[in-house]
Amino acid sequence: MEKDIKIDKKINIKGLICPYTFVKSKLAIEDIEVGQALEILLDYEEASRSIPKSMEDHGQKVLKVEKINDTDWIIVVRKEKE
Amino acid sequence: MSEFTEDQLQRYSRHIILPEVGGKGQKKLLNAKVFIVGAGGLGCPVGYYLAAAGVGTIAMIDNDEVELSNLQRQIAHSVKTLGKPKVESAKNTFESLNPDVNVIALKQRISKDNIMDLIKDADVVIDGSDNFPTRYLVNDACVLLKKPLVSGAILRFEGQVTTIVPGEGHCYRCLFEEMPPAGLVPSCQEAGVIGAITGVVGSLQAIEVAKLILGKGDVLKNTLLIYDALKTTFRRVKVPKNPDCPVCGNNPTIKELTDYDAGYCSVR
Repeated sequence: MEKDIKIDKKINIKGLICPYTFVKSKLAIEDIEVGQALEILLDYEEASRSIPKSMEDHGQKVLKVEKINDTDWIIVVRKEKE
Repeated sequence: MSEFTEDQLQRYSRHIILPEVGGKGQKKLLNAKVFIVGAGGLGCPVGYYLAAAGVGTIAMIDNDEVELSNLQRQIAHSVKTLGKPKVESAKNTFESLNPDVNVIALKQRISKDNIMDLIKDADVVIDGSDNFPTRYLVNDACVLLKKPLVSGAILRFEGQVTTIVPGEGHCYRCLFEEMPPAGLVPSCQEAGVIGAITGVVGSLQAIEVAKLILGKGDVLKNTLLIYDALKTTFRRVKVPKNPDCPVCGNNPTIKELTDYDAGYCSVR
């Protein structure tokens, strides 16, 4: 089912730490339309927990949080509101 | 949307992560133009925080020079700028804090002859003046030009803040229709002022300005906020728009700016 998620924008924020992980993610969300999905590639573990929480707090929908290898995570967020 | 520089991402990160601001709100702040009347007790903290917030253009008018007696509360000035124009002193301070900001320093007196031209491009006007003729002049000009005005006042241990949105809420004359007679209300020079109250009131004004620029939250429209520093209380007083107000009422008698200094001793 996850394979069906259509990604409209991807960002790579590897190397960034908090709060810039969320700053970049939030700016990217602002750039897409409601209903579109953003894929975030990151390697800062704390952000793999804090970004989904912050996105939900801001009213967005977290579709996926997945550790893809030893160092990296992928988070997919659907924009629900401006 | 246009990109932020890496420096800007860091500088404004705590704004950008706020739901009410974000990148779009920060761009609004960067593109905003404000006009501050007075570079004294209130003008210093208002300008300081708006500069920190990245408000792109901050024009400031004041005709005074920095004196030692100012430094008890006017935090943009210093012993290094004693004797220099306050607006130049403040400009240096604000631009040192944030080079994104363009500070326009106007060393002159604001008057009925220059105010309309000076504020015509401003998104928000801030009154941090210390005298009634200026307060009424700024109010009337803002009502005539339909400019939002964030007005602050301080004396002794008391501060007041109100936000005037012409066409939507009250104006200063709805609150106090005419100026008090000269000499009735003492000035800070005569009555004193506790230094940090300028920071409380000026910071409240800066947040009102930010909310107006962002279009978020509720500003002090139809409301006067009174801060009593001795009791540590904030009181909100309802100020209805007066339909008979001489400047913003249904049949205004003030349709152009008049001589506001008449009958007033020269107030610096």
